[in-house]
Amino acid sequence: MNSSVLLSITTFIYGLAAFLYIASWVFKKPLSGRLAFWVALIGVAGNTAGIIMRWVESYRLGIGHAPLSNMYESLVFFSWTIVIIYLVIERQYKNAVIGAFATPLAFLAMAYASMSPNVSDRIQPLIPALKSNWLIAHVISCFLGYAGFAIAFAISFMYLFKQRDVEGKSNLLSHFPKPHVLDELTHQMVMFGFLFLSIGIITGAVWANSAWGSYWSWDPKETWSLITWFIYATLLHARMMRGWYGKRIAYLAIIGFMAVIFTYFGVNYLPGLHSYGAG
Amino acid sequence: MKLTVVLLLSLAATSIVGTIIPQNENPAAYFRAYGEFVYKLFDLLGIFDMYHSWWFQFLILLLTINIVVCSIDRLSATWKIVFVKNPKFNLSRFRKLSQKEVFDNKQKPKELVKVYEPFIFKHFGYTRAEETDKGLCVFAEKWRWTRFGVYTVHLSVVLLLIGGLIGSLFGFEGFVNIPEGEKVNNIRIRNTGQLRSLGFEILCDDFDISFYDNGAPKEYRSSLTIIEHGKPVYKKDIIVNDPLRYKGVNIFQSSYGKMPSDAPSQDKVPARDSPGEITLNFTSKNSGKKYRIKTVIGKVVDIPEGLGKFVIVEYKESAEFGGQNIGHAYMGILTPKGKNPVNIMLPLHFPNFDKMRRGSIVISIAGQKAKTFNAGKKADQRYYTGLQVTNDPGVWVVYTGFIMMIIGILITFFMSHQRVCIEIVKSGNKSKVIVTGTANKNKLAMQQRIKKISDQLAKL
Repeated sequence: MNSSVLLSITTFIYGLAAFLYIASWVFKKPLSGRLAFWVALIGVAGNTAGIIMRWVESYRLGIGHAPLSNMYESLVFFSWTIVIIYLVIERQYKNAVIGAFATPLAFLAMAYASMSPNVSDRIQPLIPALKSNWLIAHVISCFLGYAGFAIAFAISFMYLFKQRDVEGKSNLLSHFPKPHVLDELTHQMVMFGFLFLSIGIITGAVWANSAWGSYWSWDPKETWSLITWFIYATLLHARMMRGWYGKRIAYLAIIGFMAVIFTYFGVNYLPGLHSYGAG
Repeated sequence: MKLTVVLLLSLAATSIVGTIIPQNENPAAYFRAYGEFVYKLFDLLGIFDMYHSWWFQFLILLLTINIVVCSIDRLSATWKIVFVKNPKFNLSRFRKLSQKEVFDNKQKPKELVKVYEPFIFKHFGYTRAEETDKGLCVFAEKWRWTRFGVYTVHLSVVLLLIGGLIGSLFGFEGFVNIPEGEKVNNIRIRNTGQLRSLGFEILCDDFDISFYDNGAPKEYRSSLTIIEHGKPVYKKDIIVNDPLRYKGVNIFQSSYGKMPSDAPSQDKVPARDSPGEITLNFTSKNSGKKYRIKTVIGKVVDIPEGLGKFVIVEYKESAEFGGQNIGHAYMGILTPKGKNPVNIMLPLHFPNFDKMRRGSIVISIAGQKAKTFNAGKKADQRYYTGLQVTNDPGVWVVYTGFIMMIIGILITFFMSHQRVCIEIVKSGNKSKVIVTGTANKNKLAMQQRIKKISDQLAKL
C-alpha cells in the first residue's frame, strides 16, 4: 500500500465520521456521536500515517522533502489540522454537534485532493524556489491558520441558524451550544487563526527575502493573504473595541473564510509567483 | 475606531483590484486589453501600479496615523492601570458578578486564609488578604502587564511600515545579467531602468543548471566572485534560496538564459566583432527615417532625434506573448524622453512586432535570422546568469516588527489580566467560601478557570 491509497481510504473514514456526526445531530443519537469521535480519531491516525509514508516515499524516490509542497499535499495537511483542532474543541466543550459542521469540511478537502482531476497526487521533486527550510514553517503555520478559520466559519453558520430560533422551537437546534458559546468559540478560532496566519505571512516574507531578495512584492497570493488578514483584523477590532457580537461577527467570519478560500484556490488562476501551489 | 474598521476594509477591497489587473506590464498590452478610454482612466488612477499609487499610499498613511493616534490616546489610561503600586480591588464588583463558585468549609476564616493564600500566590504571584464586613477575603491577580500586548502589535505594524519606507528611500532593487566568464560593476534599477554602480565588480565564473529525471529544473547555480580594487575578495556559489551578501548588497539567483549561439564567444573570435553584438533598426514615426545602431546586451543606446534611450537587458530562447510562444526574442527597456520607461520585446521572427505598440519610435532587430539560433551546438553553449541585486537597510526594522507582531498577538489574544477574589464568610463555626474572578479578555475561559480554582480550594 502506498500513501495515496491510504489517504484515499482516510477520505472515506472522514466521510463516515461526518455522516455519523450529522446522524447523531439530526436523529439525536449520542451513541452515533461518540462513535463518530472514534471514527474521526481513526481518520486522523490514517491521515498522519499517510503524511509520514508520503514523506518516506519521497526519500525513497531520491527527492526527499516534507509533503507540503503542492496542492494535493497541502489539502491533505489542511484536513488533518481541521480534524485535530475540531477534536480538541469537542473534548473541551463536550459537544459533538459542531462535528456535523466541521468534519464535512475535512472530508471535502480530502475528497477534492483525492478525486479532482486538477490535483495530482504524484510525488514531485522540489523546484529550486521551494528548496528552503522556511517551506515547512510557512506551510504549517498557514494551514493551522486556515483550519482555525474553517472551523470559525462552520461555527458561524451554526450561530446564524441558532440565533434565528430564540424560543428554542426547532428540534434540530436544541442540541447546539448556546449562542453566546458559539459566538465566543468563533472569536477564539479567529484569534487562533489570526495568530497563525500572521506567522504564515511573516515566515513567507522572510523566505521570499532569502529567495527573491524582497520580502513583499504584491504578488496576488501575498496580496490576498493580506486582504484576508485585513478582514480578520477588522473582525477582531470590531469585537474588542466596538463590542460587535453575534450576527455581525458571524458574517465577518464567513466573509473572511471566503477570502481564505480565494487565497488558497482562486489565486492560482491569477498570474504570480506562487504558481507551484496550483498543480 | 470606526475609521479603523473603514480603513481596514477599504484597504482590503482596493487591494483586490491590483490582483485582478496585472501590475507593471507593458502599456501597449494594457492599451490593447482595455481600449483607449479605460486605459487613460486607469493610468490616471495609477491602477497599473496601484500599490505604489498616491491614493493607496495615502490609505496606508491614514491607517498608520489612525493606529498611532488611537494607541497614544488609550495608552495613558492603560499606563495608569498597569503601573500602579497597590492594585485596587473592588469587593463590591466581585460580589456583583453573576458567576460564583460557593462551597462550605468547617474551618474558621482565619485558618482558611493561611491555607488559601500561599496556594493562590503560587498561581497568581500577587495576593493580598483583607478584612471585610462579613469575614475575610483574599485578592489575587496576574498578568497585569498583558494590557500592553495590543500596543506591541500596533507598534509592530508601524515598524513594518517604517521599515518599508526606509527600504524604498535608501535601498535599491535591481538586476543584472552576466554572461559566464564576464564581470560587471553596475546594475540596472528595476523600476526606473537606471544604471547604478555597485562599488565592486561581480564576476560570473560559471553558471550551471541541473534537471530532475522528469525534466523539471533542480538547481540553478552561479559561481560568483566579488572583485574589489581589482582583487577577488569573496567567492560563493549561489543558488535560489541561498544568496550572496556583501557589504549590504544581496545578490540572488533569479533567472538565466542562453547567449545567442551565433554571437562569437570571446575566446573564439576575438578580433572582428565584440561579443554578442546586435544591430538595431530604429524607425522614427515623425520623420519616417531609419537608423541602424550596433549595441550589446546591457549597453544604453541614445535614440536619434532625441527620442529617448534604449537598452537590451536580456535574450530569451522562447519568449511568451499573450500565452503564445513566439520564439527567440530580445527584451529591452525603452525610456522615451520625458516619459516612464516601458518594457519592449523584440522577437526575431516578427520584425514588425514593435509597430503594434504605436510608439513614436519603432525598434526591430536587423540582420538576424531565426535559423542562426541553432540548438545543435550544445557544446559551446554559453549561458548568462540573471541576478537580482538588492540593498534594503530597512529590512532589520521590518524583521523586528515581525517578531514584535508575533509576540504581541500571543500576548493580546492568549493572555489576559486576571483577577480573583476569594471571600470567606463566617457562618457560625464554619466558613462559606465564595470564589469569583474577572479577566479583561476571554471571559468564558476565565469562568472555567474560576471553577477549577474553586474545586482545588475545596480539596485543600
